[in-house]
Formats: sequence, C-alpha cells, structure tokens
Amino acid sequence: MQQLFYFFQKNKYFLFFLFLEIIAVALIINNHSFHKSKFISSTNYITGGLYEKSSELTEYLNLKERNKNLSEENTSLKNKLDQLYLMIDSISITKISDSLNHNQQYKYINGKVINNIYHKSDNFITINRGAKNGVSTEMAVINNKGVIGITDNVGPKFSRVQSILNSNSKINASFKNSNYFGTLIWNGKDYNITQLTDIPRQANFKIGDTIITGGRSTIFPKGIPIGTVADIPEKLSATNTINIKLFNDMANLGHIYIITNLNKKEIKTVENKNE
Amino acid sequence: MNRTVYIIFLFVFFLLLQVLILNNVLFLGYVNPYLYITFVFLYPLNTNQFPFLSLAFLLGLFVDAFSNSGGVHAFAILFIAYIRLFFIRTIFKKTPSDYLLFNLRQETFDKVFNYTAILTIIHHFILFSLINFSFYNLSNVVVNTLFSSAFTLVLYFLGSFIFKKKLT
Repeated sequence: MQQLFYFFQKNKYFLFFLFLEIIAVALIINNHSFHKSKFISSTNYITGGLYEKSSELTEYLNLKERNKNLSEENTSLKNKLDQLYLMIDSISITKISDSLNHNQQYKYINGKVINNIYHKSDNFITINRGAKNGVSTEMAVINNKGVIGITDNVGPKFSRVQSILNSNSKINASFKNSNYFGTLIWNGKDYNITQLTDIPRQANFKIGDTIITGGRSTIFPKGIPIGTVADIPEKLSATNTINIKLFNDMANLGHIYIITNLNKKEIKTVENKNE
Repeated sequence: MNRTVYIIFLFVFFLLLQVLILNNVLFLGYVNPYLYITFVFLYPLNTNQFPFLSLAFLLGLFVDAFSNSGGVHAFAILFIAYIRLFFIRTIFKKTPSDYLLFNLRQETFDKVFNYTAILTIIHHFILFSLINFSFYNLSNVVVNTLFSSAFTLVLYFLGSFIFKKKLT
C-alpha cells in the first residue's frame, strides 16, 4: 500500500498529464463522429457570441460584394416569377389542391455566416441561427450560388454546419443535362475543387458540364447548383472520380439560407417501412 | 506586476489573439501561425506543476472550441507543457532551485532559439498530425509543420523584441 502511495507521489505530474491527454483524445474521437452532443464547439454562448460580435465588425468590409450577390439573386428570382405568371396565364389549372394541406415542400430560413474555416481537412462553419429559429440537425445550407453544407450541431442561437469541405461530407449530386448521379466528396486539398465519385461508367460528360444536387436525399432539394466539371482523368478508374470546380467561393461566405424539408418525416417512414 | 494578474492577462490575451486574428491569417491559403503556445514559454517556472498543466490544457481547449477541432490543440499544447521542464533542464542546465529566478530574457539568444524552436516544431507536428487524423497526406503534415513553425517563430521573436522592456 505504501509502495502504491509512493508511486503516486513520485509520478503525480505524469499521471495528471496522462489523465488530461486521455480527455483530449476522447474529445478528438468524439468530434470525428457525426451527431453527438458536442459542448466543445463554436455553438455555445461564449464562442458563438464572440464570433457574432467579431463578424459584426468585419462584415462591413465585404458589404459591396454581398449587395451585388443579393441584387443578382433578386433579378433571377424576378425573372423566374415572370415566367411563372406567364405559365399561369396560359395553362388552365383544373385541380385545386386542399388548402388545409400546405403544398410547399421546402421552407427557407435566412441567416448569416459568422465563422468560416476552410483550410483544414474537416471544416465547419458557424451560422447565427439555432433551435429558436427552427433549425435542427441535418438541414441543407445553401446560398444563391450553390450548396454550402449540412447543419450538424444545433445550439439555441447558433448552429454548426458541416461544410462540403469536410472529409465526412457526402452529398448526392447529378449532371444537369442527364440523370446520371454520383456522390460529392472532398479530398482535403483545394478549397475550390471538390470531387464527384461513383459515377456510372456509361455517363457521358465533358469539361464545363454543370453539376447540381440530385434530389435523392431528403436534405437537399433537386437542382441546387454545385459547380462545373474541371477536368476528366485520361483513364477512368473503378471509383470513377472527376474534379468539380465550385461556383461558390468557400472562403468568402455571407448570407445563407437554411432549407427545411417539410415532408422529410413522411419520406423517411415510407422508405424505412420494411426494416 | 502581480503574478496571478500577469498569468490571467497572458491567458486571455493569447486566446483572443489566436482565435480572432491569427486564425484568419492563412498566408498562401494554409500557413497559419499558432502563437498561443507562447503562453507555455512565458509561464513562470514553478515546482508545483498542477496549475500550469491545467491552464495550458484549458487554453488549448478554448482554442479548440473556437476552431471546432475537438481536442487537438488541447492535446498538443499539454504535451509541450509537460515536456517543457525536460528541455529547461537540458538546454539551460537549470536545477529546481533556479526555477524561481529563471527568466528567458536573461538567457543567450541561441539557447532561447533552440528551446522555442524545438517546442514549436513538436507542437505543430502533433497538431497537424491530429488534424489530419490519418496516414494519408503525410507530406502535407510535414510541409504544414515546417512553414507554420517558421511563421510562429518569426512572430514570437518579433513580439519578444518589441516587448523587450515591458511585461517581465
């Protein structure tokens, strides 16, 4: 017994050091698995609040570009609206759906990026919307140029978004001019280039083709732009991977939209019926 | 300056400097200084190591919380905090009785450089290996370690030159 006490006395600093390192390793491993309660993250009051304050100061620097983006988006929305008016005019609508059931499948919540990291192999973005604003986990986050990521950790006022620049991120994507689809991943090298993998061998594509979200998941609506094909490997390997140049500049993000799929629960229950 | 106030000031100053300014530097897209480890260099030596190890761990944990990286910074900074005494013993040839009067500013530049460079490179290597978390892209880890260490050391020596008279 005395030997044991002596041992503890002699190595107390080493044991304390070991104890703290084990805590750190546990936190690292915890951080690498999707969906766990994470209190060491940028969504709690202290870190989120401080980031919001600092982004309030720095957002003036990018105001010009944000305004340009918003006005571009307004123009394209107005154009679409005009086309829709034309359609309503020319087609007689025969069936009116039940007004009690909402026809809307997706709901949009606006928000702002308050912290953005893009230089590591697992990147996260912090946004200033949380559970109080109706955000929950596994919601799509986009802006007017394209996809940004999926919410993965939601606090009361802030949420953390797993950016598409994350080695765990896998998003269903397809070509705009055909229905062949693959999975969008990132190899951790260039933050402007992501990879589209598992494309069927018979798919035809050339440099410059547009890639959009495929709509096969319950998270992203179909047709959100992602990027264009940057290069085609000379010899296609088994995984069939091509590089995609993103439309979005992931280093410069401002206003974003968070998308809720109102039919998500129904789709999930229908799909999992046989299990 | 009062010792406790000095330590609290160091802790808060380096935390805010790191998360609000230095994490956004990204020179050439990926070279980033991690100057918060200066906390380990400047913390006064003491025979009781518990407060020092706990504070170093907490500082790392706060930096982690701000950069969403789990416990990567906490692990790395705690490691160099623990092996600091070993290097002080071998490089500066100090015994526990000298700890109270030890001051980095009174040592020669080459010894201080060896000491800070070794600790910085160890810290950065652990940090980037853990951030990478696989044996893939190992060349990236080495390149990042070298460039970021150089950046951190340049900033450290510039800073220590500027604040030469004050903060002792």
